[in-house]
This record gives sequence, structure tokens and C-alpha cells, in this order.
Amino acid sequence: MLVEQIAVFLENKSGRLAEITSILADNDINIRALSVADTADFGILRLIVDKVERAKTVLRENGFTVGKTQVIAVEVEDKTGGLANVLQCIKKAGINVEYMYAFVNKTGENAVLIFRFEKMEQAIEHLQKGGFTILSREQICSL
Amino acid sequence: MYWQKDQECRPRPELEKLQLERLQRTLGRVATNVPFYRNKFNELKLKPEKMTTLSELQNFPFTTKQDLRDNYPYGLFAVPLRDVVRIHSSSGTTGIATVVGYSRNDIVTWSDMVARILCGAGVTPDDVIQIAFGYGLFTGGFGLHYGAERLGASVIPISSGNTKRQIQIMQDFKTTALVCTPSYALKMADVMMDMGVNPNGLSLRYGLFGAEPWSEAMRAEINERLGIRATDNYGLSEVMGPGVAGECQECKGLHINEDHFLVEVLNPETLTPVAPGEVGELVITTLTKEAFPVIRYRTRDLTRLIPEPCPCGRTFIRMNRVLGRSDDMLIIKGVNVFPTQIESVLFDIEGTEPHYRLIVERENHEDKLTVMVEAVESIFFDEMKKQRALIDSIKKRLASELGVGVEVKLVEERSLERFDGKGARVIDKRQL
Repeated sequence: MLVEQIAVFLENKSGRLAEITSILADNDINIRALSVADTADFGILRLIVDKVERAKTVLRENGFTVGKTQVIAVEVEDKTGGLANVLQCIKKAGINVEYMYAFVNKTGENAVLIFRFEKMEQAIEHLQKGGFTILSREQICSL
Repeated sequence: MYWQKDQECRPRPELEKLQLERLQRTLGRVATNVPFYRNKFNELKLKPEKMTTLSELQNFPFTTKQDLRDNYPYGLFAVPLRDVVRIHSSSGTTGIATVVGYSRNDIVTWSDMVARILCGAGVTPDDVIQIAFGYGLFTGGFGLHYGAERLGASVIPISSGNTKRQIQIMQDFKTTALVCTPSYALKMADVMMDMGVNPNGLSLRYGLFGAEPWSEAMRAEINERLGIRATDNYGLSEVMGPGVAGECQECKGLHINEDHFLVEVLNPETLTPVAPGEVGELVITTLTKEAFPVIRYRTRDLTRLIPEPCPCGRTFIRMNRVLGRSDDMLIIKGVNVFPTQIESVLFDIEGTEPHYRLIVERENHEDKLTVMVEAVESIFFDEMKKQRALIDSIKKRLASELGVGVEVKLVEERSLERFDGKGARVIDKRQL
């Protein structure tokens, strides 16, 4: 039920993001989703890619600090209230969202929400009870 | 294991008697042969032949690096050049280079001093010793080389640099003892990882490290990563080179070769002796050197003496590892800060040898110290909240260790320069 995400430490220097995306492209790694969290000094880039281990290896070889974390991918219909319904369910369970980002799949019918919760196991339980579709890594990659 | 057991384990009263005799002779010789010392002694009406106790040395003037520069190149030599068989020089990175000379006897003494250090560290004539100190004008390479030959070990005079080749030779020649700077030892461990060489598969057993300040944390990391027993040794070219002091197998301080060097530890501000066991600047007087004796040479190295007897049986007093340089000491908002303190805090947090840089600035008439730390995996999080909490915890720990607040800035891994030799980790931008 969990999807692997890689996180990369970035200094706020021009061209770093371009460099990372080029490295991934050169190694035939496809980015499914990404988000950047930043402060004045540094940023954390989070990526969902099709080849996680390969991405980690090539980024490390190029001198980047790379971490790996588990996230949850929830698929919702791409219409008003899609995200709100998920968050209501999580709120009722009293679980905090550490961070989240989203992307719309190719057909444009569904949106995929990527979550990191404070309590991952409990979150899955509540989402499943609430009838939400949780995607596996294979499903994400095949989107 | 001793090289010269009788000398190294001489009872203290006998040692002190010998020191006084040798001190009188040295002071007499420099007064006769070196105008620089003669003039200073005359000015202060000092008569070496009349001294009766070692403590009277305190009346004599200091010698500084600047004095060596002012007398460049041969002004402080106490023998004619005809009797000098070797000349070394320290790099002129901070000004004019300084020059030191050795007589034939000096080279023999120097070799014996280094052989003592090697024995103390566990090296025997059966060992294969790889000397990765630079050969040339720097005293490190030749100093260790002559000592190791004197001991009878098999010497590989590889000199510094070309790390991959160092590792290749270490594998092929079955090196058992490594001599270099501690930071270079860690660089070797890094390169071994890159090359896919497992240090446990090497024959390496001992490491003798010196020429730059390091920490107990760094020793632990070197021991673990290279699978060796690392010992510290100390020396400086102005006094002789390596061989002034070195650790025995106890690894609890460096025995000073006191029958050849007389040491004092002084407060660098007031130049008066510190209380026994307190930290101060090491001041050295040579007792047997012929070509280039120095009187009360201010090393700028900070250390403390350990007066308690050592279980190894040597009667020579021990000094703590060098804690820093009195001129590396940063004064931040009036507080004395040593880079080694910062290093040990970072080691605790990261669990690995930290790569860091210190930037000192003055903003609105106030000092600001920024510690740049590489964001290695052990301190990197995907959540901003945790990442910031980590930075705050580094700040707090540094502030409590140093007694002054600092800024912490995370930078990308491997973005800070690595050093082969002495690391220059402080950038002081203050224009005072």
C-alpha cells in the first residue's frame, strides 16, 4: 500500500534542479510527480519515479544526498471536493499531514494525491474504511 | 616496547639533572655562536653558566616564528654551514619561509627520536611502513623515513598524494603501518570505498598520524574504518620535526622526549606558566641540537601536560593531543572557540567524520560565527519540520559546548573542499 518516494537535499543554487532532472533523464528514469519544499538556504526535493533504486544510485554517484521514505498515494476523481473528502476522513481520525502534493493522471479523469502522514498505518486503515482508492507502486508507475 | 629503554625510563631526578646540564650547555653554545641570542642575553644580563635550576629558564627570552623569519636563512645556525648535512624549510604560506639545519649528530638524534615514537606506537623491525607524508623540504617525510630505517622496518617512501596508487601499493606491498595526516587517512578510507577495496582485507595494523590537530572522535573513526590502531605523534620543523612526542600503546597522551626537549606550558596572553594540567601554549627549548638549537620557542600549539605516571613505564611526561593553535583560536564575542570543539559535537550528531567550514563575520559590530555542515544522509530528512529541528539541535549543542551562539547552514554533500594536508577550515571575514 505504501509507495516509495526519494528525497534530495538541495542548496538554493541556480541550476540544481535542472541538473537533477537531466541526470534522471540521461538514465531513462521517469518522474511521475514531484514537489519542492524550500527555505531561504536550502530545499528538499521529493520525487516519485518509476525506477527508485536506480534513481537513488545515480543521484548518489553525482554527489547528492538522497533519502528514501514511504508515502501514500490516493486516487480521487478530478472534480470539486475530491481532496476535501480525503482530508475530512483524515481529520476525523485525528491524524496530521506532514506534507502532500498532487498530480493529475494522463486521461485527466483522476487526480493522485501523495501524502506523508504522521501515523502512516492508521491513515491507511481509515482511508480504506472510508472507501478511498490507495494506489500501489506498480499502479503509480503504470499511470 | 622501547627503543632506548634506559633513556626512556630514566628516574625523574636523574632526568632533571641531565636536563639542567644539557640546558646550560645549549644556552652557553648559543650565547657564543649565535649573535641573535648573545645580544638578547647581554641586554638582559643573563649568564647561562651561573644558572643552578631549570626554573631559571623563565628569565630567558622567547624565540618566535618571526625571529626565524628575521634571521632567514642561516642567521640562527649555531654551527658553520660546513658542519650542516641537511637543510629543511617550512612552507611560506603565512609569510617568509623559515629554514632549519641539522648536523650529522642531529640526524642521528632525530632518527632515534622517531624510532622511539614508532616503537611506542607498536611498530617493529618486521613491519612494512608506508610513509605518505610529503618528502622534500617539509620535515615529515624524511623525519619518519630516517626513524623507520633506524628501527629496521621496511620503508615505502611513497610520499603524499595519488591516493588510488597509495591504496594499490598498500594492497600489493602488504603495508602494515601507515604514516600520514589524520585527515588524509580518512580520505584514503573514502577512496577505498569508491574503489571497492575492503580495508579488512589489507595487512594494515598501525597508523601514525600527526602534522595537524585532530580529535578523539576522529581517532575512533579511523580505527573503525581502517581496522587499525591509530596513534598520535607530534613535532614541528622549527624544533626538529616529527619525533618531539608520541603516544605509547596506552593512547592517553603523547610522551615528550624530555631528555632532548624541555617544555613549558604558558598562558598565551600573559606568558606565565599555567597551573599543572591546565591548557596553554607549548614552549620548547632544545637540549641537544647542534646546528639549530632554539631557546623557548613559542609553538602556538595549545595543549596540557599530564603529570600522572604512565602505566607503560616511560618516565617522560605526557602532553594531551594538540587542542588547536593559539593563533587558530577564534575569539567570538569575547569567547575563545577552537575548531576541534565544533568538530567533536558534529561527530556526535552525524556519527561520522564531519566536513565543515567556519565562517566568521561581523554584522552590526557583532561577531557572527556560521558553521557550514554537509547534509550527509544521517542528518537529512524529507520533512522540513524534522530538518529544521535537526538544525536547531545542532545549534543548541554547539552553543552549550562553546558558550556562544552560532548559525548553522546545511550545504550539499561533498561541496566543501577536501584537504590532503593541513585543513584550513576557518574563513575569517572580519576586518578589524
